[in-house]
Amino acid sequence: MSSKHFRFPVFGQVDYFGQPQHSAASYTPSEEKQRTTDPIVTGSSVIAIKYNGGVVMGCDTLCSYGSLARFNNIQRVKQFGPKTIVGYSGEHSDFQSITQLLDDLVIDDQCIDDKSQLSTEEIWNYLARVLYNRRNKVDPLWNNLVVMGFDKKTDKSFLGKVDLYGTCFKDDYIATGYGQHIALPLLRKAYSPDMTLEQAQKLITDCLRVLFYRDARSSKRVQLSYANANGMEISAPIELETYNWDIGEAAVKSFDQV
Amino acid sequence: MENLNRGGFSFDLCKRNDMIAKNGMKMPGFMKTGTTIVGVVYADGVVLGADTRATEGPIVADKDCEKIHYIADNIYCCGAGTAADTEYATALISSKLKLHRLATGKQVRVVTALTMLKQMLFKYQGHVSAALILGGIDITGPSLHTIYPHGSTDQLPFVTMGSGSLAAMAELEANFKPNMTKQEAITLVADAIKSGIFNDLGSGSNVNITVLTKEGVEVLKGYERPNERKYRSKPYIFKSGTTPILSEVRLPPLSSKVIIEDVPMEV
Amino acid sequence: MMEPLRLTALPAKEVPMRQARFEPYVDNGGTVLAIAGSDYCVIAGDTRMSDGGYGIQTRQYTKIFQLTNKCVIATSGMQADTLALRKRLETVLSRYQKEHGKPMSTPAISQYLSNTLYQKRFFPYYTFNLVCGVDEDGVGCIWTYDAVGSHERVKMSSQGSGNQLVQPLLDNQVGKFNQRIVDGPRELSSEQAVSLAKDAITSAGERDIYTGDFADIVVINSTGVHWEKFNLKLD
Repeated sequence: MSSKHFRFPVFGQVDYFGQPQHSAASYTPSEEKQRTTDPIVTGSSVIAIKYNGGVVMGCDTLCSYGSLARFNNIQRVKQFGPKTIVGYSGEHSDFQSITQLLDDLVIDDQCIDDKSQLSTEEIWNYLARVLYNRRNKVDPLWNNLVVMGFDKKTDKSFLGKVDLYGTCFKDDYIATGYGQHIALPLLRKAYSPDMTLEQAQKLITDCLRVLFYRDARSSKRVQLSYANANGMEISAPIELETYNWDIGEAAVKSFDQV
Repeated sequence: MENLNRGGFSFDLCKRNDMIAKNGMKMPGFMKTGTTIVGVVYADGVVLGADTRATEGPIVADKDCEKIHYIADNIYCCGAGTAADTEYATALISSKLKLHRLATGKQVRVVTALTMLKQMLFKYQGHVSAALILGGIDITGPSLHTIYPHGSTDQLPFVTMGSGSLAAMAELEANFKPNMTKQEAITLVADAIKSGIFNDLGSGSNVNITVLTKEGVEVLKGYERPNERKYRSKPYIFKSGTTPILSEVRLPPLSSKVIIEDVPMEV
Repeated sequence: MMEPLRLTALPAKEVPMRQARFEPYVDNGGTVLAIAGSDYCVIAGDTRMSDGGYGIQTRQYTKIFQLTNKCVIATSGMQADTLALRKRLETVLSRYQKEHGKPMSTPAISQYLSNTLYQKRFFPYYTFNLVCGVDEDGVGCIWTYDAVGSHERVKMSSQGSGNQLVQPLLDNQVGKFNQRIVDGPRELSSEQAVSLAKDAITSAGERDIYTGDFADIVVINSTGVHWEKFNLKLD
C-alpha cells in the first residue's frame, strides 16, 4: 500500500491514478471534521538519557482509556531502521499512524539501495516536520515522541524530542508526560555525561519507580530500550521493585489517635 | 441584626464586580506565591522548608519573601497560593491560638490549629486560596499536615505543596526514609526545595528552613542561597542636572506653615 | 393563522460547550535584545525554552541564528514556528547565494523577512524577531518586528518575555532619552555595549521567570560574527 505522504511524482507528469486531491467541493465545516481534539487511549511518560557510550530509554507498558487502565501490555517503543528507536506518550492510535509513515519512509529509503541509511537525526527531523504540518492544519498528532539512536560509524549517540506542536530539540536527557514534572528534576540532578550503562539503567528505573508512585496513569510494568555500539535492543517488560508500603503507617495517625 | 454579628467576609460586591468585569474592567492581579513548600517528619521533630520567590504573572514580585509563618511557639505553617490569603489565614489563627493559650494556660496542640484553619477555609468554600503545610510538635509528638484551600486535610510523614510540588515530591519519594536524623531531614528538605527552585518557574531564589523540636524552634532563613546575581556592570551614574526641568514651583518651607504648640494636659 | 414552526438557535448559554479545543500556539518564552553602533552590532539572547507554563523543556535552546557572515536573526516566541521560519530563510538565502554569487545584504534580508511574515497574516508565525548585523557600509543595524511583519530600523531593541523589562534600560543607556547632559560620548563602544547587553539580560533573568539558564552574546563587526556563552541563573 503506497502512503499518501510518500509518492514520488515525476516532474510534469499528472498522477491520474492516485487519490483525488481535496478540493473546495469536498470541504466540510471544521466542526464536523474528524480530528484529535482530545486524546482517547493514552500512554504516559517516556524518559531517556544519554550515557557514556549510548542511550537508554524507559517507559511503562500501560495505555489508559481516560482514567481506566485499559491496555496493560502495549509496547510504547518501536524500532525504525537499524539505528533508531522511537518512544511515545499521548494518543496510541496517532502513534500507530506515525508507525506506518516511518515504516514506509524506512522501506522507501532501503529500496533506493544506495548504501545510505536514514540517520536517527534525519528521522527525528522528519517527525518534527510531520507533526508541525499537522499542527498547521489544526489537526495534530497527539504525541510526544522521544527519538534515540546510535551510529556505529561515527560512534555518536542521538537523543531528541518532538511534541504535537512540532517543537523539537536535542538534549542529554529527555522526559515526556508526567515525567516532565516528576522525572526531569531527578534526571537534571543526577545526570552526568560520563555515566556507565549500569548507572544510567539505575537512574531510569529509579525515575520510573517514582513515576509509578505519583503518576496515576502509570504502571510498574516497564521496558528499557538501549542504543549503543552493540546495536539496538528493546528489552522484555519487567516488573519494578517498589518500596514497602507500610512506610507511612507509623507517622500517619487518624484524628482519634492524636 | 443577626447578620451583623456573623463576622467574616462580605460577598455583597461579587455581583457588582461580575457586572463591571463584563463591561470591560479588569480586576487587579493578586500576588501569588507560585511556590515550593515542603515538610518532613524525622526522628524527633519536624522540618519545614520553602523557596522565597513571589510572582505576579510572569514577573518576580519578591525575590526573598517569607512563606513559613509563625502560628505558635511550637507550630509553624508554610503557605502557598494567594500571598494575602496565606498571611491573613495564618495570622488570624495565630492570634486566636494566643488567646486560647492565655485562657487555658497550656501549650496549644497542632490539631487545634489544624481544626481552626480547616474550619475557616471550609467556611469560605475555597475563595480563600491558601494551600498550607502545618507542622508542629506537642505532647503527642511531632506532626505534619497539609490543608487544601477547600478545607480538606491530610497527615503524612512527608508532604509538599505549590506549583513546585511535583519536582519536590520526586525528590522526597526518591530519598525519604523514616526516622532520619535532624541533619538528614534538613538536607532532604533543602534538596526538595532546590528541586522546586531549579525546575519550577514559579519557584526560585533561596531556601528557608524552620526546624521544630521539643527543645524549641530553629529558624534558618537563607539556609542556602544558590541564586545570587552572576553579573553586574559598572554602576549607572547620572550627573546632577540630567533630568530636564519642565516647570518649577517654589514651595515655602514647611516650618512657615506649621505652628508648634504645647497644650498642657488636664489631669 | 398558525405560526410557522421555526427552529431557533438555543440561547447562547445553553449551547453545550465544545470540549477542549486544540490550541495551535504555544509561547516558549525567552528574551532577545540587540544594540547597534556605527561599526558593530551586539546581540544577546537567553537559552531557556519553557513549555508555556511553569516548566523548562531545555536549558540549551539558542534563540540566535546566523544567516550570513554579516547578519543574524534573534527570535523569541514559539519554537516550532521559529524553526519553520529559519528553514525558510535558510533555503532562500542559499538559493540567493547560488543565483547571485554573493550573500544577501542585511537590509534585503530584513525586507524579505517582513514579506515572509506578512504572507502568513491570518495564521501568523508566532515569532518576535530581531534582524541584526552590519549593512553594506559596515554600519550596525537592527530591524525589529511584530509577528505579522511590521518592522522598523532602530538603534536598539528587545523582544520576547523580558521585553518590557529591558527596553526602557536600552532606551536610557543607548538612546539617552530625556537626558539634558550626557556624560562622555553619545555612542557606546563595542565593549560597553557587550557589558550593557550582559547586564540587561541578567536583569531580565532576575525578574522574568521565562528568562534564564544561559545567554548567547553575539558581536558582529567587520571581522565577522563572534559568539560567546554567558551564565544566567538557573531558577
